[in-house]
Amino acid sequence: MPGKTLYDKVWDAHIVNQQEDGTVLLYIDRHLVHEVTSPQAFEGLQIAGRKPWRTGSMLAVADHNVPTQGRDQGIADPVSRLQVETLDANCATFGVTEFRMNDLRQGIVHVIGPEQGATLPGMTVVCGDSHTSTHGAFGALAFGIGTSEVEHVMATQTILQKKAKNMLVSVDGQVGPGVTAKDIVLAVIGRIGTAGGNGCTIEFGGDAIRALSMEGRMTVCNMSIEAGARAGMIGVDQTTVDYLKERPFAPRGEMFAQAEAAWLDLKSDADAHFDEVVHIDAASIEPQVTWGTSPEMVTGVGGAVPDPVSLEQAKVEGARRALEYMDLEPATPMKDIKLDRVFIGSCTNSRIEDLRAAAAVIGDRRVADSVKQAMVVPGSGLVKLQAEEEGLDKIFINAGFEWRDPGCSMCLAMNADRLEAGERCASTSNRNFEGRQGQGGRTHLVSPAMAAAAALAGHFVDVRTF
Amino acid sequence: MRAFTRLQGIAVPLMRSNIDTDAIIPKQFLKSIKRSGFGKNLFDDWRYLDTGEPGQDVSERQPDPEFVLNQGRYRGAEVLLAGENFGCGSSREHAVWALDDYGIRAVIAPDFADIFHNNSFKSGLLPIRLEKTIVEQLAKECETSEGYQLSIDLEAQTVTTPGGEVFAFEVDAFRKDCLLNGLDDIELTLQQRTRIKDYESRRRESAPWLFSVPQLEPDAGEQ
Ligand code: SF4
Repeated sequence: MPGKTLYDKVWDAHIVNQQEDGTVLLYIDRHLVHEVTSPQAFEGLQIAGRKPWRTGSMLAVADHNVPTQGRDQGIADPVSRLQVETLDANCATFGVTEFRMNDLRQGIVHVIGPEQGATLPGMTVVCGDSHTSTHGAFGALAFGIGTSEVEHVMATQTILQKKAKNMLVSVDGQVGPGVTAKDIVLAVIGRIGTAGGNGCTIEFGGDAIRALSMEGRMTVCNMSIEAGARAGMIGVDQTTVDYLKERPFAPRGEMFAQAEAAWLDLKSDADAHFDEVVHIDAASIEPQVTWGTSPEMVTGVGGAVPDPVSLEQAKVEGARRALEYMDLEPATPMKDIKLDRVFIGSCTNSRIEDLRAAAAVIGDRRVADSVKQAMVVPGSGLVKLQAEEEGLDKIFINAGFEWRDPGCSMCLAMNADRLEAGERCASTSNRNFEGRQGQGGRTHLVSPAMAAAAALAGHFVDVRTF
Repeated sequence: MRAFTRLQGIAVPLMRSNIDTDAIIPKQFLKSIKRSGFGKNLFDDWRYLDTGEPGQDVSERQPDPEFVLNQGRYRGAEVLLAGENFGCGSSREHAVWALDDYGIRAVIAPDFADIFHNNSFKSGLLPIRLEKTIVEQLAKECETSEGYQLSIDLEAQTVTTPGGEVFAFEVDAFRKDCLLNGLDDIELTLQQRTRIKDYESRRRESAPWLFSVPQLEPDAGEQ
């Protein structure tokens, strides 16, 4: 028998039942909940007279709709307010642990899960949100689900799934200075495409991945979904274990030691079979900038906007549409693209290391006059507090950045933070789709360091020589 | 869940690839806590010239005459033809609810993003994978002949054109069965209650840390 991949191991450990056609009833260990995709699920439970199977597996937080300033005055938008209040009420009714809007531990669901130690190696983790893939950084099998599935998990603690294929993305060697986890994952998506991982669970391996901190690994797994894979995973090592010590939801003492021994086995066997393998040379990765309306439309900062005709046939039409939407001409150097706004935040890049990287680039410089707004939205109340203890907030504020309260914010513009039509933004988030940050808004995805540098220069610059 | 057996309906071509769920239903409409009423905002950014906000009276908005769904010949369409990787992006099931509420009962595309594909079955929307060349052929026929209707037979797993051409498609046996009979997943799963409980007690033994619940402060206080 050939060895097992990490995905095989976690999958096999969670099979409750398998049907003839391969449909598996999979047990779910952790269910994260937020306000946008849960109200209809809670309502469904209530209508059917059901109760959650195991409330102890659930952790809820409001993040998508919450304002990022003036929170003491509540939520001004009545529709958003109702959604957040509905979550509060549902959690109270069913006895689900929730971090409410003004709780210090509140934040983006994918930031607080790991921060609290609620995401553990070997777990199955679901949430009604596609970026649940983030939690795969811990050697967990974590994926996004729809609202009907949210209800199914609440009611049964299981989900019906078919097994995906195994894909290995190996990032070999080491990246150069100034190249971050975000650049790695954007380069991977540029290479395999937004449908490249369809039907697969991607395991990220190779020395460049092993060298990343847990936060960097989360950034990489976060964007697996942008490569079409429902889940991304990284094997457990000492970095993983060290991160989890003393976190509120993580086991303690004797139980931690017991868990640690089990966790360290959570990696692919040397002779495991992968259906697909992609190798990427880390040293060849430059800081990345997207030029289009799909994360695969990406290039190095030293590059230029491509001419759609130069692309493979199937991509020409999409690229034409994208350039029209983005108002960009072929052959424009990326460094000539000027920005109206800069957004540092989202579940991809709003953790303490991201803020440190951005602040380190800024130093005592100021945001360019031509930039209308630059904002930093920490991923959680605890990240915000930590940053303030380190004095990072001062660096941002002195430079002319706005320092906000935690939430999804301009990553998807469901609250008041958004682009106006035609505005161009350097953003550390994960999606540059048409209208994602506001109708008619134009998004370029970059790392926190690249976003900070762009804010200071007013256009993209190579952070390595800035 | 509503059953799906057979359908004969007008087809509408929207042959872009990577149509994401943000495009299918923009985020401002996700603030609703209901499952219905999303149809009027299906493809909102493409369908209207003005910016859409929740709660608007749609009759006062300006539809974009260029957009397919606004063309009279596709009124009442029930089958959507689309490009590759349909439904990528966010997991929002609201995308399925919007298609369904609008009246679309089946989407035919070369392939679908995984979460969207799963979500569709839950609301009785049938996602059908056909070869790219076939979808393109159907879209072309659809554009050239007004009132073009496709017949879909889930039992037989076929799509039939007005010209009588028949294309077979694949669907998981379990999902097919649920869809044909309109079965409720949750009820079905709860019939396996004992199995789930058995699994759980085994796991409590072998990996107790997965079940330890921290004693958290109810609220860590105001920021
Ligand atoms: S930060 Fe953005 S991508 Fe992440 S959960 Fe929030 S909206 Fe989704």
